[in-house]
Amino acid sequence: MSELIALSARAAAAAVAAGGLDPTELFEAYRARAAADTLNAFTWVAEQAPAPDGAARAPLGGVPLGVKDLFATKGVPSQAGSKILAGYRPPYTATVVERLATAGAPLLAKTNQDEFAMGSSNENSAFGAVLNPWDRARVPGGSSGGSAAAVAAGLAPWALGTDTGGSIRQPAALCGIVGLKPTYGAVSRYGMIAFASSLDQAGPLTRDVADCALLFAHMTGRDPCDATSLQHPEAIAVPTAERLDGKVIGVPEELTGEGVEPGVMAAFEAALARARELGARIERVALPHADHGLSAYYVLAPAEASSNLARFDGVRYGYRAEADDLLAMYTRTRHDGFGPEVKRRILIGTYALSSGYYDAYYGRAQRVRTTIARDFAAAFEAVDLIATPTSPGVAFRLGAKTGDPLAMYLNDYFTVPMSLAGIPAISIPCGLAEGLPVGLQLAGPAFSENAILDAAHALEGALAFDGSAVRS
Amino acid sequence: MIDREQVLHVARLARLELTEDEVERMAGELSSILGHIETITSLPLDDVPPTTHVVEVESSLRADEPRPSLPRDVALACAPDVADDGFRVPSPQA
Repeated sequence: MSELIALSARAAAAAVAAGGLDPTELFEAYRARAAADTLNAFTWVAEQAPAPDGAARAPLGGVPLGVKDLFATKGVPSQAGSKILAGYRPPYTATVVERLATAGAPLLAKTNQDEFAMGSSNENSAFGAVLNPWDRARVPGGSSGGSAAAVAAGLAPWALGTDTGGSIRQPAALCGIVGLKPTYGAVSRYGMIAFASSLDQAGPLTRDVADCALLFAHMTGRDPCDATSLQHPEAIAVPTAERLDGKVIGVPEELTGEGVEPGVMAAFEAALARARELGARIERVALPHADHGLSAYYVLAPAEASSNLARFDGVRYGYRAEADDLLAMYTRTRHDGFGPEVKRRILIGTYALSSGYYDAYYGRAQRVRTTIARDFAAAFEAVDLIATPTSPGVAFRLGAKTGDPLAMYLNDYFTVPMSLAGIPAISIPCGLAEGLPVGLQLAGPAFSENAILDAAHALEGALAFDGSAVRS
Repeated sequence: MIDREQVLHVARLARLELTEDEVERMAGELSSILGHIETITSLPLDDVPPTTHVVEVESSLRADEPRPSLPRDVALACAPDVADDGFRVPSPQA
């Protein structure tokens, strides 16, 4: 591993700003690694470094960025991991990608993902599965699996992902890196190819917590092109906290018990012990409706997806199947263009929204969502943050869960409740089980990203997780 | 719980063609997923309002000022079939 690749993104940015590092050389070093990738982490890699104009004065110093395939990037393939968008090169760029480029993080590569962000293993991609750099026989998690694997393996200094029910946090956990799902609305969704609009949120995947804060600081803000985007009430600061004195961390019984692998539970308990040593108080909290999160999620997300994905009809962009009449062209295009998981969710969502079922499914799921948000609000009266394992298990073997959709959905058990409540949550690596990374999830109230990043930074220092072995 | 007729009905609504194999497989898989989802139908939720947006957003309208739209040639550039400055599709009645 070269010295350049060993630098954290913020150290590289600082070196560029100080004149000690040529941003073109940095870009080329990563470009060469990305182009030689053997994990299938990318769907497209830049052919050359951008002009280095102004990189030294830009806050992100020209440090290149991996971007999940589903972000629209002008003139650059953007297929959301789907065959149905074959050949699509959008005429515009997503707001968040534009903002980061302006701040000095130019596009390095597009990263592989589960098709339309539907999946927890990255095996649902039209571009094929991504391999986990910790063990190539295992999945990197999903849906932002390409972004997570690329950052873990040092093929990109940092990357953008999206999280609808865990799609940043779970792959970050399975690949031993940091991933943040921001408060819903903190980052513009304009130019993100939509999956479930009331849940989708873009966020950073990075090697460590400080890099995460630095990238996130340049992502937030109201965007006139996204009516659900909000001005974050706080400026995001790069964290320096080393202690947790006075902090109360809640551990919900509902999200730490049944179904968690023993190795994951052991790493989680050890992380809580570190938090105590740093001065935090650990308390049990109740999230009585959290158990219903997954059920509500698997109504709401497919319902919204079935509506969002109606636009893929073979008329305006992407793949078209040949047919003699219009209806057959639509139905055949969608048959050939969508993969099995996307079809499954379109059917669930269409069923849940169909006449006679709307109140029983979608309407009730929205009410469950209210109860979960209320549970969190009540819990945050008593505690500052809530901690859970990010995922019930470590990275599983490729193919292990592809035959059982429900078993795959259970991966999202601990991450979905926060998505439904719209609150921010981070995953940081907290240890190894069977030689594979385990993620710790920390969640807080809406717009508490600074508090989450501070606590994550303090814990990161105490946990001293080292992922450098897989960046060689 | 979900039979093949229901799968075909929903697939029609979703404008999605399915092969015979897919219809069979989906019937089984959807039944198992909906079986899990069913748990929420027994919760007492009548007094709970639905949540559509978790963070309150006030609707704000931008100034209604004319500005250029996407040029026609750019909008058509990604289309699979273009004719006479428009998207060409097969006839609905063929």
